[in-house]
This record gives sequence, structure tokens and C-alpha cells, in this order.
Amino acid sequence: MSLDAKIPKGPLAEKWSTHKFNLKLVNPANKRKYDVIVVGTGLAGASAAASLAELGYNVKAFCFQDSPRRAHSIAAQGGINAAKNYQNDGDSVYRLFYDTIKGGDYRSREGNVYRLAEVSVNIIDQCVAQGVPFAREYGGLLDNRSFGGSQVSRTFYARGQTGQQLLLGAYSALNRQIHLGKVKMYTRTEMLDVVTIDGQAKGIVTRSLINGEVETHTGHAVLLGTGGYGNVFYLSTNAIGSNVTAAWRAHKRGAFFANPCYTQIHPTCIPVTGDHQSKLTLMSESLRNDGRVWAPKTIAIAEQLRKGAIKADQVKEDDRDYFLERKYPSFGNLVPRDVASRNAKEMVDDGRGVGGSGFAVFLDFADAIHRLGKDAVAAKYGNLFDMYYQITDEDPYKQPMRIYPAVHYTMGGLWVDYNLSTNIPGLYALGECNFSDHGANRLGASALMQGLADGYFVIPYTLGDYLATIGPKPVDANHPAFEKTKQEVITRINKLLALKGTKTVNEYHRDLGHIMWEYCGMARTAEGLTKAKGLIQALRADFWKNAIVVGSNEEVNPALERAGRVADFLELGELMVDDALMRKESCGGHFRLESQTPEGEALRDDEHFAFVAAWEYNGDNQPEVLNKEILDFEFVHLTQRSYK
Amino acid sequence: MSNGNMNLTLKVWRQKNAESKGAFVTYKAENISPDMSFLEMLDVVNEGLIHTGGEPIHFDHDCREGICGMCSLYINGHPHGPKNAITTCQLHMRTFHDGEIIVIEPWRAAAFPVIKDLAVDRSSFDRIQQAGGFVSVNTGGVPDANEIPIPKVIADEAFNSATCIGCGACVAACKNASAMLFVSAKVTQLGMLPQGQPERYSRVQAMVAQMDAEGFGNCTNTGACEAECPKEIKMTNISRMNNDYFSAKLFGQEELHEHASGE
Amino acid sequence: MSEFKQTFNSSLGKKLIMALTGLFLCTFLIVHLGGNLLLFKHDDGYGFNVYANFLTHFPPIEVVAYLLYLSILVHSVYALVLTIQNRKARPVGYAIQAKSNASWSSKNMGLLGSVLFLFLVIHMSDFWYRYKYSGTMTYKEYRTDLSSGKTESVEFNPTSPDFENSVSTQNNFEIVRVKDLHARVESSFSQLWYVIFYVIAMGAVSFHLLHGFQSAFRTLGWVHRKYTPIVEFIGTWFFAVIMPLGFAAMPVVYYFTKS
Repeated sequence: MSLDAKIPKGPLAEKWSTHKFNLKLVNPANKRKYDVIVVGTGLAGASAAASLAELGYNVKAFCFQDSPRRAHSIAAQGGINAAKNYQNDGDSVYRLFYDTIKGGDYRSREGNVYRLAEVSVNIIDQCVAQGVPFAREYGGLLDNRSFGGSQVSRTFYARGQTGQQLLLGAYSALNRQIHLGKVKMYTRTEMLDVVTIDGQAKGIVTRSLINGEVETHTGHAVLLGTGGYGNVFYLSTNAIGSNVTAAWRAHKRGAFFANPCYTQIHPTCIPVTGDHQSKLTLMSESLRNDGRVWAPKTIAIAEQLRKGAIKADQVKEDDRDYFLERKYPSFGNLVPRDVASRNAKEMVDDGRGVGGSGFAVFLDFADAIHRLGKDAVAAKYGNLFDMYYQITDEDPYKQPMRIYPAVHYTMGGLWVDYNLSTNIPGLYALGECNFSDHGANRLGASALMQGLADGYFVIPYTLGDYLATIGPKPVDANHPAFEKTKQEVITRINKLLALKGTKTVNEYHRDLGHIMWEYCGMARTAEGLTKAKGLIQALRADFWKNAIVVGSNEEVNPALERAGRVADFLELGELMVDDALMRKESCGGHFRLESQTPEGEALRDDEHFAFVAAWEYNGDNQPEVLNKEILDFEFVHLTQRSYK
Repeated sequence: MSNGNMNLTLKVWRQKNAESKGAFVTYKAENISPDMSFLEMLDVVNEGLIHTGGEPIHFDHDCREGICGMCSLYINGHPHGPKNAITTCQLHMRTFHDGEIIVIEPWRAAAFPVIKDLAVDRSSFDRIQQAGGFVSVNTGGVPDANEIPIPKVIADEAFNSATCIGCGACVAACKNASAMLFVSAKVTQLGMLPQGQPERYSRVQAMVAQMDAEGFGNCTNTGACEAECPKEIKMTNISRMNNDYFSAKLFGQEELHEHASGE
Repeated sequence: MSEFKQTFNSSLGKKLIMALTGLFLCTFLIVHLGGNLLLFKHDDGYGFNVYANFLTHFPPIEVVAYLLYLSILVHSVYALVLTIQNRKARPVGYAIQAKSNASWSSKNMGLLGSVLFLFLVIHMSDFWYRYKYSGTMTYKEYRTDLSSGKTESVEFNPTSPDFENSVSTQNNFEIVRVKDLHARVESSFSQLWYVIFYVIAMGAVSFHLLHGFQSAFRTLGWVHRKYTPIVEFIGTWFFAVIMPLGFAAMPVVYYFTKS
């Protein structure tokens, strides 16, 4: 099947404005005749729900947490990019576009990325108008900082809690519409399926997490803003509840899943301490502005550090290898995330890892404290240092932080066209849930930008075009498709509840995570991936025989919720491995050991792999069908990415 | 224990649902590593319960990094446990000692009914925010971000108020189950910033009215909220809110009493 | 509901009433203590009795007095209403209540207030009610030699039951006849249980104001980096230390110096 991304023709800078003009509009009086379902209330979902309600549509919004304010966008620390060029340091829409395309290792669409850079400036204006307290200079104007993968300061931030402040802004806009009766909010409600009629999305099936009631909801369109699938690795920086279920069920109803193997492993996370660990904690990338990453020069010194015989501050300057500064003199510690992560892994593989387990390198602030003073460092990063101290019981003002990469973000997701529509008409995917803008690697401070761009400034335009096309005729809630889908959901719930084996769902999840991390993590090989495929298939078969799911449907039952989500991860995991196997090149976060430059950098194969891999579900336990969307680069010249 | 791991006794509030009566049940938590977080310790207990056919203890949690505000345990007489300025998920077991008895209760407030075991319904907080915790601007059509200069001290102060995670520890800690710290944090954040000025006085009235309707108690300035707040939100927010409220109610213009959220 | 009713029925409105009445009562305490310092004057109650007579017969003061009684009532009733609401806000209590950083007095304002209310009932029935309404007061006559300025006191038994007071000049003597509240004070303060009760009550005043004075300012929203420390200083040293000590000194001194 050929995929049409519907990128408008014309010069890059005019694509979006031309497209906006060509989109059909819904007459203001007709807008209230449309119902729109929004699943997920993170940055993308909340901003979309609020903006669409402001336009006059009736919105039903759903989240599985107890409040829309809990969505995991809230945990984003560092900041949000925008091409404002407030710092007069040479930034522009084009530069943000170029940095993002290059940072994504030339595996994203020019049209989408340019639009993202273009609307980035509106996002900052919008958030400030909502009362988001961004950091400011003494003159009262907005402050910026720099972030990985760029040489300009374009990142707006609110201390180390930018995601929180942006989400609370979107949440407040959503609250306003709830108060006005334009949004009906369903909390503690999980979406378990999409209902399609004649190939168009017309509603969803949900389960109440309080009393287990399975319900159907109708809508002229369904928007998924349900986040990424990093928890397939069990340990990640995602929230415990983050899951792929909404996207995966949509995939099984026909929506293509694009580039599932593109996962971002964030370089600066707190290392794992033991098997009990339930999640990993990120230390914001902004720390690399002032922190210097190093490992000991020799294995002997590393061993002494691992045994605790010496402390990091006792290692002489000459015995330290500031490997990022050494290898990438122009970007130094601010190389993109995939590059930083891979280099940390190299150090560990080389026997030069530190910390009790040996799976860590240092992020050192001694220089910054010496240069700026402890107070200035505390003002910038105080909350992150406190967080580190809480978790590790080590004082980062005295000893360097120990960091190691961890799964953080998934660039892959539901395939969408330029309008954010999946291949199922009426089904849209926004934010991390879609695959669209980050290519094979996302730059720091771009996730918040994309989530809000999609929700505030893209979907309000593109959705109108679809709605105007289908017309305001109400969706028939009595259509048999609703009852049929609902029964399928109930059947699946009962199947899960019937599992009375010997191994907990959490144990399966942890096993899956180990397989994914080992074979589909920072470095991948054909051999390892093939092995992983077999292991996942066996684990999945075992799950459906031996898992224990306690309790009943008609109650608060987190074990059941978890079981459904892990079952989906067990299917997704295999698709990720398939995708990684198929893509015999290295690009961004996808690093195939077979494809690297002499210096050990990711080596792309543009001739064979400059395409989006959009996978089509083909029935249970059947191989999925690969559809390719060829990536045309009209405006940028594809080069070997270099940060030297 | 020789490896530094601990054995603990947990007394946990178990309650099937909102309607049923609850009671404390005692559990053993064995071989607990001091590096575990408190919630990971409960995970271990729950895994054990599932293996032995028991019903796992239900508690709210999500991000496990202290920012989503979902976790909400009242541990040994303190919301979020004995340490200051952290949430339950950031509490690590090294805070406790081998053999210790740990009592775990849900937040207790009429406005936070128990859903199950240790999880409570905090939708009253959402309704207060919905009543007026926003600036009425639609998407698009706003001025350039730098057209509104804001003194750094004001921006920083507003930020301090804005860090509230809506966990409800202030209500849990207050002997009157008052929500004043939560409400005042939002009122103050928006009340301090120029963007929040147009609705400053209608907002405070709407939010206080909703707070009262939800059945929270009254503030007696004990300061327990400030002491237990994981984000160290200050009581001065409450005074600021009072000031705005009295200004609005006693000296405000009549039209300001109209609700400010109109389209 | 009218705007005002609505305001004062809100949680914040009720707190406003508590703060305003509380602060008004605080200012009264200053006046009360000032006047009562006359008890320490060795003039056989001349100054004190004249002062008591002035307070009860000067119309503007009487108006303020009724405002005062109203304040006490409103402060108590609202405290009760608020306490009931607060109890309702937490129908199920905690099994473990750890020591919080909140001060003891802030958490026990109701208890302290109840002690004070009991004290006020006894205090006012003993002095105020008796003085004004009981008809059981004795009288005293003070004769001041206008040339030497010396004052002597003698018992006085009015002939008319409606007699209140009189001031006259006779033979270069100023004769003042007033109710002898001072004698009443002497007799009350000669009983040990009474003295102990007074001292306890003043302890309650101390703790009540230790929290109450600065809390009222917080409720009113008058919090400022520069001025709040001053308010806290006054609340602590003046209202919670000097004032209760001054009041408590009266029964104690009278008890130990009684003849």
C-alpha cells in the first residue's frame, strides 16, 4: 500500500499557510453539532481538547489517572524549544527546523518539522498568556538556555519543572472548558478499543477503573494523545501507568504503527540499584550545560572506584577521560542524546564504568561550582540535585553524579499524515503517540514543543477539514459496531481474569523489559534481534497460560489494568524487534552494530532506508505487513551527522 | 540483617470501597533493601500477596519521581512520611530501621472519600480549579511573550506558588482538613502575574465558593500544611488569597462579582 | 442571599469575623489592664472605684462596652460554628497523629477559648453583674482635703436603694461616694482557689494570644516580609507575656498581701 503523507506542495516556508487556507472550515453554528473524543490529557490531549472546545465542538476527554493534571508530560524537566531568537544568537525558524531534521538523523518529514518550528513561537506566546511562570531575566523578559544538539539558546524553561508548568497551563485551559460545559471530562477511565464504522473511527470503548463498567462513547472523530510506549522496557523514565494500550488497540483496528524501533535512550539518568527497581529517574539534560561527563582513563582506576576504595574526587585530573569533550570538541557535553548515551555505553563496555554495578559514568559539577559558586549552581539545578540526593543518598555538590542511559521517549508511534490523521479516517494521533516529527532521535526540549504544537496549533485546523467533509449528522450510538466492539473488549477482560497461573504480571513485564533492553536497546544486531523475537513469542505464549490476574472486573483492580497493558506490550515488543531487524542501517536512536562509521558513529543507508516503516496489523500471531512512506528531502542535503 | 536489608511490620488501612467500613490489617515486609523507595517496598508486599492468593493493597501512584501528585500515603502520622519536602514515591526505605512498625493510612477528609484501601477521590480539587483556576484566553490571538515584561522576583514568586502538585497533603495534614493552601497557591500564582489581573477578584471568589461547597474545613493558621507540603508552598499564599477575597467581597465593584469565565 | 450574608457565611468571611473580633478584644485588654493597674495604688481603692464608676456611667464607654460583649459572643459562637464545620470536614480521624511542626497553641485554640469563656462567665458574674445589677454592693465615701490633698475613706450606707454615686464639696473637702468594687476584688482575691483559677485563665490568655494575635493578621491578609516579624514580636512579648503576667499579678499580689 502506498502511503500519502499529504504534504502540501510549494516552498517549505509556505506549506503550512497554504495548507491552512486550503482546508475546509466548519461554520461556527455547526461546530456544536460535532462530538470529538480526546483520549489522554497530557500536553497534546489537554491542549487539543481545550482548543477544540474553544472553537465550539463538544469534547469528551478521557484519562486513566484521577485528574488530567497527572499526565506524565508533567515530569518533563528541562524546557521547551522555540525559534524566538530572543537571545540574538542566530536562531531562526529555519535553524530550528534544520537542527531537528539533523538531530533526527534525516528520518523525519521536512514539511512536518518545518511546521513544528514555525508554530513553536506561538506556543510560547500562548503559554505566557495562560500564566505559565517561565524563567525571566532581571529586565523582566524571558530567559533561555541551551540544550543538546543545538548551538543556540532557544530553550524556554521554568526551573527544572517546565513540563509541569506547561501541563498545568493546558490543564487550566481544559478546566475552563469543563466549567463552561464544552468538555465532559472522564477521569479514571481507560480506553480499551476504537469503534470503526465503514472504516471510519466513530467512537471508543472504555472501562471505568472504579467499578469496571465497560461503556461505549460516540464521536465524529477520535483523537489519541496517549503518549509513548517506553514502558515496554519495564524500566524507563515513564510513569508506572504509561502504556501503549490505546495506540496498540487502534493499531489492531487497522491504524499503521510507524518506526516502532526508534526509541530514545536518555544519557543522564540515575543508575539502577537492584531488581526491586520500578522506574528510572531522569536528570535533566540541562545539567549537561554545566556538568562535565567523564569516566576514568584506565580500567584499574575504574575498578578501585567500583569497589569504593577511592572516591571520584580523588581521581586526578590526568586520569579522567572527558570523553564527550575529547571526541566532539565543538558540541562537547551538548551532543544529542543518542550520541551521549552510546558513548556512555562504550565506556562501560570498555570496563571503565563506575558505581557499585559498573553501569555508570560521572557527571561532574566541580568545575561549575568552582566557576559560578555553589549558590548559582543551586539556583539553576537545586531541585535536580535534591532529587538525586533523595534517591542515591549521595550529595552531588560534593561527589559527581553517577549517571547511565535509560529509556526515555519513543519517536515511533501511530503513523499519521500531515493532518495528524492516521490511515483510519477520523482517528488522529497527537504528541508522543504519533511518530511524526522527531525522526530517529528527538532533540532535547522538543517533546513539549511537539505535544503543544499538535494540540494547540495543528489539530484545530486539520480536524475541521475532516469534520466539514463528513458533515454533522449524529453518530448512531445503536450501530451494531458499538455493541460488537464492546463485547470483544469484555471477552478479552474475561480472558485475562481467567488467568490463574503462577507468575505475576509484573514478573512478565520485567522479563520482557530485560529482553528488550538487552537486544533492542542501545546497540542492536541481527543475531540478537532474531533471538529476542523468539524469546518474546515464548514469553507471550507463557503469559497467556501462566500469568496470575487476581480480583474481578467490577471493582478497582490494578492487577487487571496492568495485565491488559502488559499483554499489549508483549505484542508491541515483537513488532519493535521486527522493525529493528528490517532496518539494517543505524540512524539516531536505532544503532545496528553492523552499520557504523570507522569512528563508531551511526552509519545511515539513505539509499535503502530513507523511508518511514509503517506496519500494518495482519491478525494475531501473523507477521505484520510493511508499508513504506518514502522520505523526500527537497530542502536539506543529507549528510553524515557530525557533532565534532 | 547482615546485608543491610530490613524486616518491617506494616499496619495498612484496607477498605473495599467507598461504602464499606475499613480496618487495619497487619503485613510483614521482609528483606527490604534500604535503597528501595517506599512504593517499591509496597510493590514487593503486593507481589507476595498475589503469589499467595491475597488481594494486593491498592494505592495511587504514577510518575514515581515526585511531580505528578498522585501518591498519597499517610505514613506514621505524616502525609508523605516523616521526611520534609518529598512525596511518598521519593521516600526511601533507608529512612526506616529494621523491625520498625509502619502505619499507613489514606488521606482523611470528607472531601476526599476513600475509593479503595489507601486511594482517595480528589476530584474536589479539580472542581475547585474548574471554578476559576485559569486565565480566560483562547488559543491564538495572544500577544508576543515578551510584550508582557514581568519582574524576575514576581515571576519567581509566582513560580513558587505554581509548583503545587495537587496531591492534597495540605488537607491531610491540617487538623481541620482545610484546602486553603492548595486553593491559595493557584489564586496567588495567577493573582501576582499581570496575565491574571483581569480576573483576579472574580477568580478568588469563585474558587473559594467551590472550596466551601466541597466541604473542606476552615483555616486556623496552624501551619501544618506548610510544614508537610512536599513542594514547600508557603502559608503567605493563604494571606494573599484572604486579602484578595476581602478586597473583592467588601470593596469590589458590583460587576466583578459576576463570574468571569464567560465565553 | 445578600452579598454581605454570603460573604460572612463563607469560610473566609467567618475567619474575618474571628480576626476582627479577636483583635478588638485584644485592644480592650490593653485598656482593661491599664485601668486595673490602679489596683496596685495604695489608696484604699479610691482610684479604682472612681475608674469603675467612670466606666459604667460615661455613655460613649457604655456603647463600646456593649460592642465588647457582642464581640465576645460573636467570637465564641463563630468559633463553635467553625469547630463543628472542621470536625465535619474529617469524619474519620487518623490512627496515628504525629507531632507536627504546628505549635501547640495553634492546635488548641478551641480548648483555650473554652477555658477563657468559662473564666469570663465567672469573672463577669462576680464583678460586672454584681456591680451593675445585684444590689449587693457596698459603698464607700472618699473625703479629700482640698488643702492638703489627703484622702480618707469611710463606709457609706446610702439611704435610697437607687443610689449610684455622688460628688460634692463640703468645707473644703471633696466628698466622692461610689460603689466599692475594690472591696469586692479584695474579698475575691483572698480565696486561694479563686487566685489559682485566675492564674490558669491568664495562662490560657497567654497561649490563646500567642497564636491568635498573629493569626488574626494572617487571616486579614496583612502579611509582609518586613512587618510580620514585628507583629509576631508584639503578639509574643506584649500579648502573650506582659499582658497575662500583669493580669495574673493582681490576684497573686492581693492574695499574698491580704491583711
